[in-house]
Amino acid sequence: MAKLSIDDLKKIKEKTAKDISLRSGPSNIKITVHMGTCGIAAGARDVMSSLMEVLAESGRDDIRVVNSGCMGMCSSEPNVTVEIKDQEPIVYQLVDANKMRQIFKQHVLKGEVQTDFALGKI
Amino acid sequence: MRELSLHILDIAENGITAGAECVHITVDEQRDNNRVVISITDNGPGIPKKMIETVTDPFVTSRTTRRVGLGLSLLAAAAKRCDGEFTIDSAPGKGTTVTAAFAFDHIDRAPVGDMAATITTLMAGNPDIDFLYIHKINKNDFSLDTVEIKRELEEVPLNEPAVIHHLTELIRKELEKLEPKN
Repeated sequence: MAKLSIDDLKKIKEKTAKDISLRSGPSNIKITVHMGTCGIAAGARDVMSSLMEVLAESGRDDIRVVNSGCMGMCSSEPNVTVEIKDQEPIVYQLVDANKMRQIFKQHVLKGEVQTDFALGKI
Repeated sequence: MRELSLHILDIAENGITAGAECVHITVDEQRDNNRVVISITDNGPGIPKKMIETVTDPFVTSRTTRRVGLGLSLLAAAAKRCDGEFTIDSAPGKGTTVTAAFAFDHIDRAPVGDMAATITTLMAGNPDIDFLYIHKINKNDFSLDTVEIKRELEEVPLNEPAVIHHLTELIRKELEKLEPKN
């Protein structure tokens, strides 16, 4: 069976290993993309791809991204929850790739909650 | 779902939510045979016998956040309307295998879609889970095993954005190579 070449991964490893050794302690920011059937049907995968792109651009290594299931608010999917240490978690609704970029740049990086897209606080 | 790859993402997430540590995904495009078969196997806790008969009933779910469960029902319905079959094989403690077959040229069959995005989305959100992904088109195939990738990466996490980006591109290129040349 033809296997995926993983040579290039070695290069990435060398490049990122230096940065990782500088990482200090646990991450202070957690971003959850809700990936239930409803979220996936509504476009959560595009949201995740967009989030990984902006995360890579930012170069931040203290931000954790996780998938989770449905919150029970299916009509407002895709939902994304942003949790910053010592702040109330914010749930965003009807997120798409562009909104995800804005939420990341304004809320996650600058601390400005994007109330236009917010569903509410938890 | 607009793509088969979205069904795959959904069913794989089910298994992970249920507690699986290892998920095998196979997409077998038997174009010469007019069939496409997708299968998702996990090593989660499995489904009790009583529930397995009703698992594709949308009004049966083990979840408590809402009272309907659509993931398996949608996939089963998609396979059925494309002259295909849907099977689920599971026993408590033995994990679960979900298989859906479709007539390749059926007009209602959704495209396979962006498998690279599905696989890397799974990795990005669940870096501790091991994934084995096999994709076949007629006699050509390729596989990606996160156990091997993690070994190669050593201390670099699988969900490092640079790694995810690289793997997305890599899978796309490999899938292109599988396409029959005219």
